[in-house]
Amino acid sequence: MPESPDYEPVIGLEIHIQLQTETKMFCGCKLEFGAEPNTHTCPVCLGHPGALPMTNEQAVEYAIRVGLALGCEIAPRSIFHRKNYFYPDNPKAYQISQYDIPICSGGRLGDVRIHRAHLEEDAAKLTHVGESGRIHGSDASLVDFNRGGTPLIEIVTEPDIHDPAEAREWLTLLRETIRQLGVSDVNMEEGSLRADGNVSIRPVGSKELGVKTELKNMNSFRFLERGIAAEIERQKAIVASGGRVEQETLHFDPASGSLTSLRSKEEAHDYRYFPEPDLLPLAPSPEHVEEVRASLPELPAERRVRYESELGLSPDAAKLLAYDAALASFYEEAVAAEPDVDPIVVANWVTGELVAASREAGFEHPAETKADAAGVGAVARMVDGKEISRGSGRELLAELVANGGDPAEVSERLGLTSDDGDDLAAIVAAAIEAQPDAAAKVKAGEGKAIGAIIGVVMRETKGRADGGEATRLIREQLGL
Amino acid sequence: MSDVRDLSVAAGLAAIEARDLAAAEWADAYAGLPDELGAYLWRPDEPIGGEEGPLGGVPVAVKDIFCIEDVPTTAGSRILENYLPPYTATAVERLLGAGASVLGKTNMDEFAMGSSNENSAYGDVRNPWDTDRVPGGSSGGSAAAVAGGLAPCALGTDTGGSIRQPAAFCGVVGLKPTYGSISRSGMIAFASSLDQCGPFTRTVADAALLLRVMQGADPRDTTSTGIAAGVEMPSREDLSGVRVGVPRELASEAEGMEDGVREVMERTIALCESLGATVAETSLPNARYGISAYYVIAPAEASANLARYDGVRFGERVAAEGLDDMYELTRAAGFGPEVKRRIMLGTYALSSGYYDAYYGRAQRVRTLIARDFENAFADHDVLLTPTSPTVAFPLGSRTDDPLAMYMADYCTVPMSLAGVPAISIPGGLAAAPDGGPELPVGVQLVGPAFGETALLDAAHALESAIGFDTNAAWRGGADA
Ligand SMILES: [Zn+2]
Repeated sequence: MPESPDYEPVIGLEIHIQLQTETKMFCGCKLEFGAEPNTHTCPVCLGHPGALPMTNEQAVEYAIRVGLALGCEIAPRSIFHRKNYFYPDNPKAYQISQYDIPICSGGRLGDVRIHRAHLEEDAAKLTHVGESGRIHGSDASLVDFNRGGTPLIEIVTEPDIHDPAEAREWLTLLRETIRQLGVSDVNMEEGSLRADGNVSIRPVGSKELGVKTELKNMNSFRFLERGIAAEIERQKAIVASGGRVEQETLHFDPASGSLTSLRSKEEAHDYRYFPEPDLLPLAPSPEHVEEVRASLPELPAERRVRYESELGLSPDAAKLLAYDAALASFYEEAVAAEPDVDPIVVANWVTGELVAASREAGFEHPAETKADAAGVGAVARMVDGKEISRGSGRELLAELVANGGDPAEVSERLGLTSDDGDDLAAIVAAAIEAQPDAAAKVKAGEGKAIGAIIGVVMRETKGRADGGEATRLIREQLGL
Repeated sequence: MSDVRDLSVAAGLAAIEARDLAAAEWADAYAGLPDELGAYLWRPDEPIGGEEGPLGGVPVAVKDIFCIEDVPTTAGSRILENYLPPYTATAVERLLGAGASVLGKTNMDEFAMGSSNENSAYGDVRNPWDTDRVPGGSSGGSAAAVAGGLAPCALGTDTGGSIRQPAAFCGVVGLKPTYGSISRSGMIAFASSLDQCGPFTRTVADAALLLRVMQGADPRDTTSTGIAAGVEMPSREDLSGVRVGVPRELASEAEGMEDGVREVMERTIALCESLGATVAETSLPNARYGISAYYVIAPAEASANLARYDGVRFGERVAAEGLDDMYELTRAAGFGPEVKRRIMLGTYALSSGYYDAYYGRAQRVRTLIARDFENAFADHDVLLTPTSPTVAFPLGSRTDDPLAMYMADYCTVPMSLAGVPAISIPGGLAAAPDGGPELPVGVQLVGPAFGETALLDAAHALESAIGFDTNAAWRGGADA
């Protein structure tokens, strides 16, 4: 497909996040992922005659947390609406949602403006038996009402995204933000985070929006990026061949990479929204909103800015640390333990060596190894202050990750020293002498040949030499 | 004691207190009676409940719109044939908790939609004063049971007049409390913003006894607030100092009012004055639009409330090949014509492009009517109107003319829209325009929101002065 340079994509996202409250949005049933089907139900969430909804205060508080974290305005009074449609996963045949007066409106996260965020209830879980995998053409459909009534917050962005990778990156930021608020486990695979994309294209420079299509439920970050990319290409191809993009809802099949239409504009539902008469308006007091605001943790977006501006980290390192709350606090503890070491140096150790060593040792998360933050800080200090070589530092860190301990003692015990400063030059000189062929090849520009010389250096130093330093010395001594 | 069935609730409780009556005997006196009126849809082999308590032993008939755990509950509809609720309505639970004993479930217009009880899927109910006439509706079975000597008191629901109008037609007391006084939990919804539970009794004091037990906030219905000031037992014997307003739109200017009803109104006004009240004409300028607004709002809410009867989880299901067919066939077979008419009306009123013209406008009218009442209560303590423009009409006489049927609610709908409390008490007897025996005429007293104590007090004083015999119909001797 030829790239059409004349069109730019315009992307907005609609994200549904399950709030991890104790109980459901409008009844007292427990929320438990993976429980025996239909064991957490009651007259309210089964839509029995006469049963009335009761608003979950915890869910309202969580929505306020999310709203404040996204810089939204919290409505002093918002109301619920009924969204009417028939489907077996929708027991009342209406979903209680919010419509023209949502609890959160306006806002911004990173480079993307937030249009609104509102509270609603999740549908039950449908499983279709048979080959089609969809309700039409299936042999039977099973409904598990355990999920029905789970509190959801739906976040709608403005169409401020212009690239599929940017969409993925922004969604990552949103996920980390929500996770750090402690209101959801935001797991796309388990469906506690679900994203729909609104995609259109327009001539570069145009301010108008083109006809948009809606991509439903892309259930991983990768599929989101690929689905949006596929849809942009599809729209560009339509326009390039003189056609017009039709408003429709699409389903992305990650296996084939193809998009299929779920319904056209004509088939769009008329949801007949009207105010839910069974529920009182949500009216959080200004004092309560301020209490929630004061309780918010530092969030990824602001932390990332702080790491860049105050600590001087690179954008990549800042993001890597800021998006991961556990790693960020580990890092900050390490920095605090070594006030004389440049935070950039500590960041390099945490994001580089520690991440690698923890993965090597099979730990789930780099902040959960046997090495404590002060220990990692100490390793950074010892190497930075040339107490030990970089290679020794790496060996020390690996030992701390696997078994813990006091860095000074462990270093002593392992016989790690700084003496490889001058010694390394001598070892390198000997290695060059031992590998004249390789030395000649390196001199002739065959870079790979340096491996043979480094191999000798490593053997002589029992692997403690810093590979980078050794390479530098070899090239230096060869006059390169 | 002449007959246990003569006893009002208060008199029966006094007899038990005085040990003239054993609590169990009271319900037993009603248990095996033949039901020639068709008042009951279901009666237990043994009365349910009847423990110690403030209403210990009081037999009560319950409209079949209230869920009682494992007791057949149909709301008068084929679609809930064989439905056994998994829980009990709060109002019933409170009565049972106070020691009352449930005599059975009473017939009603399907989903409370009707003014003659002719929309029941389970047959007509006959008026005990003239069995060729309707008892009114939708709580026709409850009204007929109390007037017909089949229960000393009964529960009903009132959405636009469904307690007051049948109480008037059957010559008993019917109270619609302020919206929000009594929990709606477990009361099968017709129009959620209008539905309110209330008692049918033979005296005003009995209405107070039942209201005192049932009213109060309920966590299962967040729109229920209860009557904060509580409800006192009525004791007034005169109306001195009471300012009575007669809204001309619902009295002198009301269309289609029968002469007999006019005469009873005139006698009642004279009686109020002789009891010391000042009576003045007043105005509810927007009340004449009440029926129009009501027949948009109530069907709109009903269209959503009744959507849950889809055959998926409970109730009747017509098997079909596809999902949509199952929905359509189930609902086509399960709902009667009036219910279908209102679902279609409501669906239309909420549909995209028509919402504001119908639902939005009706809500604005509702606001204006509520304001009319507020204005009227600035100058009057209580408003007086006929409950219905006519006496009970013959069975079948209006079934082909829905609009004529809807006008039966002309005098009762405005109070429902405003949410204010209103009570119908028998004002006397009048000849029907088409001949036959003299029939009861109800007069309606209306108070400001949550002003039940003063309203019941005024009704009690007037009731004593009128001296209507609410036992006359079943004893076969009208001696009012
Ligand atoms: Zn539940």
